[in-house]
Amino acid sequence: MAQKEYAFYPGCSSQRKASAANYMTSVAAMCKTLDIKLTDIPDWNCCGASIAYAGGGELERVVMNARNFTLAAKHLPDRDIVATCAACWLNSRESKVKLDGNPQLLAHANEALKEAGLHYQGSAPVRHMVEVLIEDFGYKELKKPVVTSLAGIKFAGYVGCQTNRPFGIAGESFENPMYLDKLVEAMGGEALTAYDQKVTCCGGALAFSEPDKSQKQIRDVVESAYDHGADMLVTPCPLCQANVEVYQSEINRKQGTNFHLPIVYYSQLMAVAYGGSVKAAGLDGHIIAPTRLQEIATKK
Amino acid sequence: MHALRTTGHQTIPAVAARYRNNFLKEVEAHVEDGEWVKMCMQCGVCAGSCPLGAHWEHPPQELFMMIRAGKRAEVLTSDAMWMCTSCYNCVVRCPRKLPITQIMHGIASYAQELGLAPEVQPTRDFSIQFWKNCTKTGRVNEMKLTVGLYFKDGLVAGIKQVMNMLPVALGLMKAGRLNPFELLRGHSPKDQKGIAAMLKRARAIEAQRAPVTH
Repeated sequence: MAQKEYAFYPGCSSQRKASAANYMTSVAAMCKTLDIKLTDIPDWNCCGASIAYAGGGELERVVMNARNFTLAAKHLPDRDIVATCAACWLNSRESKVKLDGNPQLLAHANEALKEAGLHYQGSAPVRHMVEVLIEDFGYKELKKPVVTSLAGIKFAGYVGCQTNRPFGIAGESFENPMYLDKLVEAMGGEALTAYDQKVTCCGGALAFSEPDKSQKQIRDVVESAYDHGADMLVTPCPLCQANVEVYQSEINRKQGTNFHLPIVYYSQLMAVAYGGSVKAAGLDGHIIAPTRLQEIATKK
Repeated sequence: MHALRTTGHQTIPAVAARYRNNFLKEVEAHVEDGEWVKMCMQCGVCAGSCPLGAHWEHPPQELFMMIRAGKRAEVLTSDAMWMCTSCYNCVVRCPRKLPITQIMHGIASYAQELGLAPEVQPTRDFSIQFWKNCTKTGRVNEMKLTVGLYFKDGLVAGIKQVMNMLPVALGLMKAGRLNPFELLRGHSPKDQKGIAAMLKRARAIEAQRAPVTH
């Protein structure tokens, strides 16, 4: 397989010892198998996420992303920009749509960028890692390197919001996207396609500011997975992963439930299916251990 | 229903007294994607699609109608739009393709800029804290963000929160996903100076672009 190269936008949560550090570990293992070369955009900065709106104005938020695009175009020309975080992807892409479609905003952004010695003149598209997997490889190609079947493990595919709306993955529906189920099946796992909370919001940033309202959402997400007989939840979003894993104990404490559902990334189950160890798949990075995946991961 | 306290408390009666029928124009000029407000056809799909729908004092379509009816103070002092989780469900379902999420953020941001946002609004606080956090160096410091969140209501409330979440925090540390040393020094890009200068300039341009005239 020919090596594919991308300009990589890791985002804050993927950094060492940050909340999605194990996502990054598993992405690295998955990419090694698929011969994907990710080169970090040099000196990248935060995308501002969705929640920064009351602190930063539109131009400030757009210019943060414009700086990343400009650095990518300068140092890694002609390579598509790839993000693994749902929020990074959405906010970058939204900023790019605005920059490329609004000449006045673009002029203002360049006026601000000048202060950092940069000038935005367009960039390659901003894509999510899932898009790269589906569009540049395809399920058939992704299946080829599988050495450890995930047979017998039931996965509820929790797509969440920001890899699904407003942009989403081409060809998928907003109400019932199937790509996560197809990825699970390609790895030999059992996809619970009837799982009915797959695009429910976990509360996002409001999990921190409005915990009770958000925990109601998280409860729905977890409870429905149990109802469908799931062994674990699989997601493409770092905030979905963190919120749904971290707050289960809070919901148990406040509401007397007994939730203990592991939440993993698509890249983790791919890393395991590709023969990765517990460590290489980042399976040692959970509060709620995905024991069934750990059991079949290569003992190394 | 508790009465909303607002940061602009003293000025509201004066604003309300001065009857305004051009609030829609004001929103179009000053609110991000505000020019879309007039396109709303009042179907209410946004309200029915919102994960936090039950908690909105006024759902989006009602805010849009209130804007068109000139209810300036009621809209800007409301805590409704602060309920938005940025899930974009309303955006993809809206038959008129309004960028509702962006407009909600825009109205909230404008209310904040004018000092009319509710004084006690946890999402407003978190939003400002997040922006300060991520622009201080150019990348988020998750440890400082978490500590800041728990101690925002004082030391005692903070300790209680920390005690509740301590097993989770320790679990995350053990899993290598939370680093207490970030309190001392977190991740950051190299060109912090350039980022700061860039943001300062952007803010200055924005202040010029959207003068608040009342």
